[in-house]
Amino acid sequence: MAKPMHPTPLLDELEKGPWPSFVTGLKRLAKDKDLVVDLLGQLETSYETRLGYWKGGTVSVFGYGAGVIPRFTELKDENGNPKFPDAAEFHTLRVMPPAGMHYSTEILRKLCDIWERWGSGLIALHGQSGDIMFQGCTTENVQNAWEEINALGFDLGGAGAAVRTSMSCVGAARCEQSCYNEAEAHRAVINSVLSYIHRPSLPYKFKFKFSGCPNDCMNSVQRSDFAVIGIWRDNIQTDEELARRWVEKNGGKEGAIANVSDWVVNRCPTKAIQLKRANQVRQGDSISSVRLTDEWALEIDNRDCVRCMHCINVMTGALAPGKDRGAAILIGGKRTLKIGDLMGTLIIPFMKLDTDEDRQKLVEFAHKVIEFFEENALEHERIGEMIDRIGLPTFLEAMGIDPDPNMVIHPRTNPFVRTDGWDEEVARLKAKKEVKTA
Amino acid sequence: MSETQAAKTPKKPIPHGVPDPKQFMHPVLLRNIGNWKYHDRPRPGVLHHVAKSGDEVWTVRAGTQRQMDVWTIRKLCDIADQYGDSYMRFTIRSNVEMTVADPNKVEPLIKALEENGFPVGGTGNSMSMVAHTQGWLHCDIPGTDASGVVKSLMDALYDEFKNEELPNRLHLSTSCCEINCGGQADIAVIVQHTKPPKINHDLVANVCERPAVVARCPVAAIRPALVNGKPSLEVDEKKCVCCGACFPPCPPMQINDPVHTKLAVWVGGKNSNARGRPTFMKMVAAGLPNNPPRWPEVTEVVLKIVRAYKEDGRPWERVADWIDRIGWPRFFERTGLTFTKYLIDDYKHARQSLNASTHVRF
Ligand code: HEM
Ligand code: SF4
Ligand code: SF4
Ligand code: SF4
Ligand code: SF4
Repeated sequence: MAKPMHPTPLLDELEKGPWPSFVTGLKRLAKDKDLVVDLLGQLETSYETRLGYWKGGTVSVFGYGAGVIPRFTELKDENGNPKFPDAAEFHTLRVMPPAGMHYSTEILRKLCDIWERWGSGLIALHGQSGDIMFQGCTTENVQNAWEEINALGFDLGGAGAAVRTSMSCVGAARCEQSCYNEAEAHRAVINSVLSYIHRPSLPYKFKFKFSGCPNDCMNSVQRSDFAVIGIWRDNIQTDEELARRWVEKNGGKEGAIANVSDWVVNRCPTKAIQLKRANQVRQGDSISSVRLTDEWALEIDNRDCVRCMHCINVMTGALAPGKDRGAAILIGGKRTLKIGDLMGTLIIPFMKLDTDEDRQKLVEFAHKVIEFFEENALEHERIGEMIDRIGLPTFLEAMGIDPDPNMVIHPRTNPFVRTDGWDEEVARLKAKKEVKTA
Repeated sequence: MSETQAAKTPKKPIPHGVPDPKQFMHPVLLRNIGNWKYHDRPRPGVLHHVAKSGDEVWTVRAGTQRQMDVWTIRKLCDIADQYGDSYMRFTIRSNVEMTVADPNKVEPLIKALEENGFPVGGTGNSMSMVAHTQGWLHCDIPGTDASGVVKSLMDALYDEFKNEELPNRLHLSTSCCEINCGGQADIAVIVQHTKPPKINHDLVANVCERPAVVARCPVAAIRPALVNGKPSLEVDEKKCVCCGACFPPCPPMQINDPVHTKLAVWVGGKNSNARGRPTFMKMVAAGLPNNPPRWPEVTEVVLKIVRAYKEDGRPWERVADWIDRIGWPRFFERTGLTFTKYLIDDYKHARQSLNASTHVRF
């Protein structure tokens, strides 16, 4: 039994309504934990005054330089003593989840037991970077909690100027759109940069994210410095049986054709997909087609398709990514501070990720990028900002990557560039192309 | 207990890295990795996946409060053990997914989840749980809370989570400072400070690395200064855009204020490549009061946008696609929000968002 609760009239309002309430959960914990009784006291104060009361500090586990987020209360009385002394320390352990966030009930129960023993009992599944966030621990108990979590096979995540915890989508484990094994790639890359996670030494944070297809469920294009997004090179696959079944479910022979036209054909960004009379469908190396009814068929010219996923999302199974699958890499995504938002931009249009050898190439490229970032970024500059400063051509040269028109929306619209190397560059690229095609 | 424990020598960490998910994966998922054929949705909140091998699984998705106490997590484990197959995973939006290999388990599993307060939904063209941040509960710089705003929004939009009645999926996020850990979304609620930081000059010299703070400001509004004989910093209040970027590296530059810290609503962020390229969200309302415990003014604005989107959006249009079609004038008309000068970009690259054409809508 813990000490009596502080009154929390404002937080009590958040116990009303149908959505699960975190306040109810905290109150449950407060039955046995003075720490949570006082946490609720401080949080209620924030709700009254509309101010936060935590400050950072330095707390870490033995042997690592990151992964614990220290929190000390700043809510003090006139003598400088914490108003809610049992919550004076409320640190978080950021722990990397299994790739794809799969759990057995057995492992979750063990993690709960550890956190009930040493911490507040409050766990976020998950933080926006993907960590399991074990929140609410005293300085004294951090090491104990950590050793037990570590003994279960889990490791701390990143914080500060470090490589951060990463995320990968459910992908190959349960999603038909998956174009590579996200979990394997995620683990291959992140487990090769652990020293950058555990010992922050970069100019600023660096995030990887892994999405299995251009739907980008991990939001990697906007939220990671290094986005690995699944994509395919060959033709969209089709399945007539599933196409006909889709027609039955979506308006039947009459209605479904109008729906295909409205939902699929009209929304294709490049008009690569067409609705045609079944007997007028073209054949050819770059053509995919599937019959919807005896009369109507869809035809896709895959040279015009930008692999946006839309038609596949609408008619999943009837249409599917091709067989020659891999991933594109986009670099430089970040949120707003300080030059405004940046999306990642395409650096590698395609690489295979089928085998350990393929994944090793990804790992090597990731290292090359991080090392360049480490040496060339200014303090507190993300890689996207760095590329803006030095220009993409300089970055590509440093990475040994040739320019590709896929990297731009259009070529430059101003003349402010020195072009006296033009002839050599054309000759170099042509020679390379000949070697490739030879 | 703690004295003896604290006295022992700390163990060297074992750098396990990212755990292999295979050890925690449902056996049917495990044997069909990379081999799925298609899926459909028998009802809102349920996904039915079919593998090329012919194996099938049913996954029930339910909402959680994300910030969970161990008792809530154990409750989920009890449900998964009794009605599921003892496995679960979490989505990026903190929904729990329990997968079963037997279709007869689906209905009892749904019933057990709902009876225990976990709403089943969040699939397909529904609204999923709000991606959110730490707020007053745990961050050291928040202008507002995170979990409380989210609880209020989810209560108000509960039916949109449980049903699939929207034009396409709807993703929301909230963020308790302009750093925006919550991220891009179809609709986002983000703190927007309205006054420059109030500087506690007595503390600056001791607490802040002054050149680093000067460098942090996006509009070069900060300069070193002597105040009352002490080295401190001063802010050109005409230049300051109240972004709060100086606050994390220098807490004496207090940006949070009980009255002047407000909330803004943004729309049209999309990370998927489906149809158009990914888009950033745009600010459409600001100046909303930071009004705990339930932030009714924010909820009202979000509801207006969701309703208009639901009524006007055509199948498969995300919020960004919908606005692309109807245009900004009609967006403001339909939502009843007011377009003001503050919504016209005047930061770097502002011209990119100005209309350099005679494409006009009336
Ligand atoms: C100063 C104190 C800060 C605190 C306490 C803080 C806290 C957090 C937390 C708790 C998360 C979720 C972490 C996880 O999942 O493990 C997060 C994510 C994030 N933070 Fe911060 N943050 C801070 C500063 C910043 C700064 C300076 C930036 C940007 C310049 C930033 C940008 C982000 C973004 C974009 C995410 C989402 C990450 C993702 O989607 O991968 N944060 N932050
Ligand atoms: S990103 Fe693509 S492969 Fe991954 S879960 Fe989403 S739809 Fe599936
Ligand atoms: S994937 Fe996108 S671009 Fe390609 S055909 Fe389908 S809708 Fe068009
Ligand atoms: S959005 Fe800002 S205040 Fe909220 S958790 Fe992130 S850094 Fe902290
Ligand atoms: S709030 Fe932002 S704009 Fe104002 S001084 Fe601080 S960093 Fe500069």
